This record gives sequence, C-alpha cells and structure tokens, in this order.
Amino acid sequence: MAASESYPDELLYHSEHDWARIDGDEATLGVTWFAQDALGELVHYEAPDIGSTVAKDASYGEVESVKAVSDLISPLSGEVLEVNQKVVDAPETVNEDPYGDGWLIRIRMSGAGERDQLLSAAEYRKVLEDA
Amino acid sequence: MKLIYEKSQSGRRGIGVPQPDGLDVPEVPAELRRKEPPRLPELAEPEVLRHFTELSTRNFGIDTGFYPLGSCTMKYNPRINERLVGLPGFAQLHPLVEDDAAQGALELEWELEQILLQVTGLDAVSLQPAAGSQGELTGLMLFHAYFADRGEDEQRTNIVIPDTAHGTNPASVTMAGYKLTPVRTDQRGNIDVADLRTKVDEHTAGLMLTNPSTLGLFDENIEEIERIFHGVGALMYYDGANLNAVCGISRPGDMGFDVVHINLHKTFSQPHGGGGPGGGPIAVREMLEPFLPVPVVARDGDTFRLDYDRPKSIGKVRAFSGPFGVFVRSYAFMRSYGPALREMSEVAVLNANYMLARLKDTYDVPYERLCMHEFVLSARTLKREHGVSALDVAKRLMDYGFHPPTIYFPLVVPEALMIEPTESEAKETLDAFCEALIAIAREAANEPDTVHSAPHSRPVKRLDEVRAAKEVVVKYRFDDHPAVEGAGDRQVEAQKGV
Amino acid sequence: MSYLSVTDADREAMLAAIGVSTVDELFRDIPAGMRYRQELAVKPALPEAELQRHFEELAAKNVVDEVCFLGAGIYDHYVPAVVDAVLQRGELLTAYTPYQPEMSQGVLQAIFEYQTAICELTGMDVSNASGYDGTTVAADACFVAKHATGRAKVVVTEATNPQVRQVVKTYAPGFGLDVVEVPHEGGATDPDRIKKAAADAALVIFQQPNFFGVLEAAPDLAAAANDAGAMPVAHVDLVSLGVLEAPGAYGCAMAIGEGQSAGNAMSYGGPHYGFLAARSDYVRRLPGRIVGETVDAAGERGYVLTLQTREQHIRREKATSNITTNQTLLALAGLVHLSLLGPQGLRELGETCLALAQHAKAELQKAGLELAFPDKATFKEFAVRTGRNAREALAEARKKGVYAGYPLGRDYAGLDDALLVAVTEKRTVEEIAQLVEALS
Repeated sequence: MAASESYPDELLYHSEHDWARIDGDEATLGVTWFAQDALGELVHYEAPDIGSTVAKDASYGEVESVKAVSDLISPLSGEVLEVNQKVVDAPETVNEDPYGDGWLIRIRMSGAGERDQLLSAAEYRKVLEDA
Repeated sequence: MKLIYEKSQSGRRGIGVPQPDGLDVPEVPAELRRKEPPRLPELAEPEVLRHFTELSTRNFGIDTGFYPLGSCTMKYNPRINERLVGLPGFAQLHPLVEDDAAQGALELEWELEQILLQVTGLDAVSLQPAAGSQGELTGLMLFHAYFADRGEDEQRTNIVIPDTAHGTNPASVTMAGYKLTPVRTDQRGNIDVADLRTKVDEHTAGLMLTNPSTLGLFDENIEEIERIFHGVGALMYYDGANLNAVCGISRPGDMGFDVVHINLHKTFSQPHGGGGPGGGPIAVREMLEPFLPVPVVARDGDTFRLDYDRPKSIGKVRAFSGPFGVFVRSYAFMRSYGPALREMSEVAVLNANYMLARLKDTYDVPYERLCMHEFVLSARTLKREHGVSALDVAKRLMDYGFHPPTIYFPLVVPEALMIEPTESEAKETLDAFCEALIAIAREAANEPDTVHSAPHSRPVKRLDEVRAAKEVVVKYRFDDHPAVEGAGDRQVEAQKGV
Repeated sequence: MSYLSVTDADREAMLAAIGVSTVDELFRDIPAGMRYRQELAVKPALPEAELQRHFEELAAKNVVDEVCFLGAGIYDHYVPAVVDAVLQRGELLTAYTPYQPEMSQGVLQAIFEYQTAICELTGMDVSNASGYDGTTVAADACFVAKHATGRAKVVVTEATNPQVRQVVKTYAPGFGLDVVEVPHEGGATDPDRIKKAAADAALVIFQQPNFFGVLEAAPDLAAAANDAGAMPVAHVDLVSLGVLEAPGAYGCAMAIGEGQSAGNAMSYGGPHYGFLAARSDYVRRLPGRIVGETVDAAGERGYVLTLQTREQHIRREKATSNITTNQTLLALAGLVHLSLLGPQGLRELGETCLALAQHAKAELQKAGLELAFPDKATFKEFAVRTGRNAREALAEARKKGVYAGYPLGRDYAGLDDALLVAVTEKRTVEEIAQLVEALS
C-alpha cells in the first residue's frame, strides 16, 4: 500500500530527493515520497556497509524498481552506524512509509555546518514545483 | 504450459548416439568424473518436437504479424536466406581450415565488405564484432589505439553522447575505459550545439551519435557537429542502429564519421531469433585501418586469405573472422536488392511518415517534423486525461493482433511510443495498425478498464515483474520448485471446459 | 522488388497524406552536401533462382568433404534434425528480445529451460540467456570478477584456448585489468603456479579439458584460486559434462564456455553461443538477459526478463555489460539438442568421444607416432607429434582426404611438429584408420 504524498516539516531535505532526521550528532536518512513515487515499487536496496563513511552529495547506495535504478545521495557526511534491515528484506517498505519504517541508514555526522545547507520542507516543495 | 523438465520420465530419450563396437571407454580419473548426472529432460523425440512447437505457438514473430518495435528494425526475413545458410559448403565448414579450403566463404566475406564500404562511404571493414554493442566497443578500442599511436591517449579521456542515445553507448564507454560526457537535445530534437560547444575540447576522444537519432530525426546540425569534433582532433563514431533510413541516400562517411557499426541483423535482415544472433561489422576511415581486429580478409588477385599480420591491431573481440552465418544471410539480402537498397530505405521512411501523418492528431508528437524510418509519439495526454499509459496502449495493441512498439524510450520523451514499421509492410497493414491505435485512444476515454486490463487475448495476462525481481527464480528447481496455482495451463483447462 | 508491397498508387496516396509531393522531399532534413546522389556501386540484384545458384557456387568453393579431425574449440558434432525443425518455426526465428512478455512466452520459457540446463550441467545457480561466443564470455567473467573482488588482475592459463586469451587481452585494458598467463607444464597446469599467480588476482580462468584436450587437475586449480581469494572460472565443453565433473561441484565461482558443441553447425565460426553461469552471489553482476519465473494477473505461471536494472537500457554507463542482442536462437538449438540427449545420451556421447579418441591415440602410437603429452588423460582431443612440421603433415594428409587436425605451432612455441586431433562421435573406426594412414 503506497503512502500518500507528504513532506514532513520536522525533516531536512536534499534536492536529490533525500531527507535527514537529525538527533544530536546522529542522523537518519531516507528518500522522499517524490523519489519513491518516481521509481515505483522498490525491489532492491543496495545498502552500504556499517562502519563505512558517507560523504555529503555523494552516493552511498542504490535503490531499484523493476525498470529504474537510483543512486542514494547522502545529504550529510558521516559514518554509517546502522542499516535498515527491514528495507533490505522488504524494499517496498520505502513505498509504504518513506519517512518512518522506510528509513535507509543511520549515521554519526562528521561535517560541521552541513545541516545548514539542507532545505526545509517548504524549500524542497519549491524544488519539486520548479522541476 | 509445463516446463520440459516437468514432462520428463526416467528412461526416455530423444536421440541415439553412435557406440562403436569393440572399443573400451577409458576411465576418467575418479576426482574428475561426474558424480551426479545432470537432470536434463528425458523425452522421446516426438514429445521434444511437440514441446518446442507448443512454445512457438505462444510466441509472436515477424512471420506472425506486424512487429513495429522501434529501434529494432523488424523487417521481413527472406526464407531463401535460411536455405542458403544451410548449404553444406557453408554449414559444415570448420573455421580453422586453411584458407584454400575456405575460398568461397572468404570471397563471400570480401564481397559483403565491398557492399558495406559502398553503403557507409568509408575505407575498410572488420566483420568480426558479434553485434552492434560489440561494434561500439570495438570502435572505442580503435579510438584508444589511434590516439595511443599519436601519443594523445592519456590526454583524451572523454566520449560525448547525447541524452537520446541507446544505453549501449554509455555502457560501451565504460567498458572501453572512457568517461562519459552527456550532451542535451534541443527543441527540435537535434543535439544542443550550444551545450556541445562547452563540452568538447582537447580532452575529448570523440562523439558517439545515432543519426537519424532514436527520435527518428536526422540531426540538422550535423555539419556543425562535425566541425566541432574534428576541429579539436577528436573522432566521430556512428551508431548504425538506424542505418535502415539512409542506405544509398546519405553515407555516414560523407557525414564525417570515422567509424560506423552496421547492425546486420537490422538493416540487412537477420532473423532476430528471440534475442539474437546479430552481426556488428565496423567500417572505418583509412587512418584507423591498421588497428582493426585480426584477422582481416585480404584479396590477392583471385584468391582470398585471412591476414593476421597486423602489428598495430587491437587484437580480437570474438573468435574467428565473425559470425559467418549472419554474413551469408545479409549478403543474400543485399544481393536480392542490389542498388535498390536505396528504395528499401525510401519505403521505410515513406511508411514511417505515413503512419506519423495518420496518428499525429490522436497522440502527442514531441517534435513537429518529418521523421526518418521511425517516429516517437507520446501518450502523455491519454495518461493525464484518462489515466491510460503508454504501457496500457502497448498491451491493448496485442488484442488487435499487433506486436507493440518500443515504449518508454527514448528517455527524453515521457510516455514514449517508438514506432518503426520498416519497408516490409503493406499500406493496408499500416492502416490497420493506425486504426487500432486510434481505436485504443477512443477506448481510453470510453472504457479505460478494457485498456488497463489488456491484453485479453494472449496465453497469459499481464505478468508480475515486481515479483520476478523480488523472488528470483531463474531456473527450474525440480522437487523444490515453487508451486503456482494453475501452473499456466489455462488453454488446456479452457478446452476441458468446452 | 519482391520484398516490398508498395505500389505506385500506394506511394501517391501516402505522399498525399503526408503532404509532400515526392519521396525525395522526405529527406529534406539531410544537408545537401551529405546527400548521396549516385546509384550505389553494388552488383545488380539477383532473382531468387539466380541467388541460389550464386550461393551454391560460392559454397562449392569451400572444402567440406575431407574427414574432419579439426577441433581446437569448434567441433564436428552431429546436429539432430529436430534442432533444424524447431529453429525454423517462424514464431521463434523471427521474434526479437522478449520485451513484451505476453507476446513472448514461448521464447521466455525456452530461455528459462536453457538457463536450467546450463545450471544443471555446470553445477551453478544462475545462467544468463547467452553471450556472443566462448571467447567473449571470458571477457564478461573478467568484468564480473573485477567488480566483485575490487582486484585488477586476470590470471589465465596458457593451456586455455588461444582465442579466448586474445579476446581477454583485447578487453582487459578498457576494464583496467592486467593479464597474466600461467604456462603449462607438459600439457597441464601446475596448481602451485596458479596459487602464486592468483595472490592479488580477481579471477583465474582455466579450461577443462584444456586446449590440448588434456584433463587438468581442475579441483586443485579451483582450490588454488579460492585459497588466494580469486574467483575460479572454468571454461568447459557442454558435451563433456555428462562424464566430467560440474565446475560447481569443485568450487568454481563461474562456469563459461563455447556452446557450439551442443546444437550448432560449425558454420565457419558462427553464429554460435557462449554460456555463462555463476553462483547466486554474483547474480546482480551478471551481463545480459536473464529470464525469471513469476505469475500473471490471474495468478498463473509465466516468464519475464528479470533483474533488468543490471542492463544497459536502464543502468547505462554503470551497466554490467553493453550486451543487447545476444545468441538466443543458437542457445535454443543447444537446449533442443540437450533435451533430445537427456542425461543418458549426454553421458554416452562423452563416452563415445572418449573411446574413439583413445582408439585414435593408440592406433597412432602403434603406427610409430608420439603423443605430445603421453602421460596425460584426455577427453575428445589430443596432441600428436607428426615427426615434421605439422603444417606439412597436414597438407600431406589432406591429399589423402583427411583434415588431420590443428597445427599447434600456430600458438605454442616448441610444438611446431604437433597436431591437435579432435575425434567426435561422428568419426568412425574406419576414418581413424584413414587418419593413421594419412599421418604415417
């Protein structure tokens, strides 16, 4: 069951259709409703290794539907603390709940000030409208 | 229907094997000997033939009907060609015989090359590449070799490719060890020359271009594009996927291209065999000839030989001199046409433009121009107004007895339907197909569910591709095979019902 | 032109519908300087009957009536009549890649059955729908292994088919791979040498039976590669796999090979098919089409192309390969042949080859010829020393109607006097006597 369109105000966004939920020096990352809708039902999540580092604006993994593949662009730099095994096992979780159970990785942030460069929900909506 | 493995009964077999009297079978060392026999099917010959005949009834080919699969040039495959390729002098010829035993084969290859040189307007040919994609890769290997010979290989790292290109072009770039520089398409469907100018410099090794493009449009800026690339000393590669539009009408060599691959299976009519084989010879300008793969067919007076003495050759991209049976069929096709190969392309382009004219008021046309041998429509309005997508239209076409066109390609056109009729089709067929597409557009408005749930007339309904990708079953697992309700025997059950 | 339906009346009507007055106008987007205004300088068209005659004349210039002991990668095995019958079914012959599964269940199911047969024979988990030939699948294996291991070296045994090695070497620079060849010792490969060479290699390619027809200590070669963290890749002959162990049973990561032996005529080198199979760990890295099983909207079983995100039309520059058109029809021929043989027939076919080749070795030795590698077990092919330049020996034998084999001096130093002799199930004891007579 696909989720309906939303962009929660408490999240920060990256223009490549990724979100971050920041909690202290940790952040949880995922893809937006728009991204999962554009891809269609996900069938595969190529996750990074725990302990590996991710860099802001660089790819840390991939998600695939039957007919498309998309790089996962990290909105923030850091070290991977956890991978959402539920999405590895059932990638459609992202379609069902992109901001909740469909999160992708949790990281410890390393890039000071990077969060200030991310978009608010309103700014991200503007990106979508302009596209 | 059942898999052949599900029809197997222990102890049956479909063919005997000679067993010479009085000879011992030597022992294979125990550690190298097969322990578990492979579970190949066990059926008598009649059942094997019936199995594959039944499979054929669940398939659709050009022999069955119209197959306007854009970019694939699904033209008629003359039956005489199948007879010719089976002549014992061809079929039973071993590829490693000394050249004196293969004079007919070598003459045929040489004659085929002469026609390819005429059609491409270039100077030398290698028949070796096995398909268009391999021709692309071979061409890029020639780029490396040419620039290495000039001491420029380190410097020239980039290949420019427009966003309308087949995926094979960027994939070949990676396999050849080059970097991809994408370039945009402009409002008329040509390469965006302004964008191009910012991307071509001394680091550019070359361009890969399909012309006419995958939009079915001839690039109106081709002269300017040629000046830009050759102006910086870069090379130009012509993806011959759409050569069927221009045989005898415009030659890639005259457009300025330095390397061309020819999809023999498209333009020169090779049965596509459910996926292959193909043939992807390349033709090159003179300065690239020393680097061609070995062997090269050489002629000395009335005799022919395979020349391996090419010190600057890139090496080999496949075994032997190439897929010879493909050459037999294509050469036969060419000799059936002779100089009328131009008429072949003219009719292909006429057919496509006629269909475009009939359909342009019903479907969206992304570029208002004459097309070449194929054209791209968009189902964008149908999708927006009725929720009927290009995929739905494609599936519904099956119920009208047609193979669908290519859909969702090229990527720059949303809801794309890419239609290539080829020269083989009669006007009545083109009319019937256009009327079907027009009828489907009407259905989309009046009875969209009929379209959404199509096809209704095929041995299977729409298939669940998501399930196939998630629960990967890519071989029969015998006793452990997942059970499926019905096991695909709908037709049989329908007969029982009667 | 009999392949075209268009009449003058059609042409007029179509041009009117388009809104132009001549066919030439349809090409107005082509710059004038690029229009080709001459007639193509090609030979005149031939009506079908003359075409047949022309091709018969060309075919007659080839020599196919000498008794064939030539192999070296392509073999004179029997192709059953049912294979021809199936391949001439127009619905299969004239279809393309099954992008629209509802139109293509026949081809899709056939490929699924082919994948199953290849996996059964090789002991692997997954097979693609075919590669171009037995050389290009070796290059494909290199690309898979490079990305799977992150290593940048290919090890290939010198006793692997020279054309396979040449193709690997041609592809390797683009992949960023170095190629190292491990020499043979007395016709076979020493596992210790493999172990040393494989230390930082992505994969080790070896052939079983090897190019000399010799049975390698394949399990030891695979183990040596595995010990070094390199992927063992066996290049095998389908026809041998009724009697020889499956590569999957001795630890190989992939199995590849030339499929011609099963179902294809020699046809001067093609078209044939390469097969490529792997352990399930590598399924997302494999090149080319793969067919998977699924269900339709009514819950009934059906087949589709699957895991397509690996492929060039979706992943473009990041694809696992650029391959598009493959060799499905030839692979289908292989499936039909293997289905006719069944496990029993395939074993008998291997045994007949073994027995006839053994007989030929013994008779040649009786006649005073020496084997190049006398202490080695072989399958259907072996190297014999002719006591003179092997090309001369071959020329002499051909005068007696026997094409005696492949001169190994073309590829190997020190073997100028050796012929590689292939004996398939089509050869007879009488023909072997002719061979012995021709080489004595």
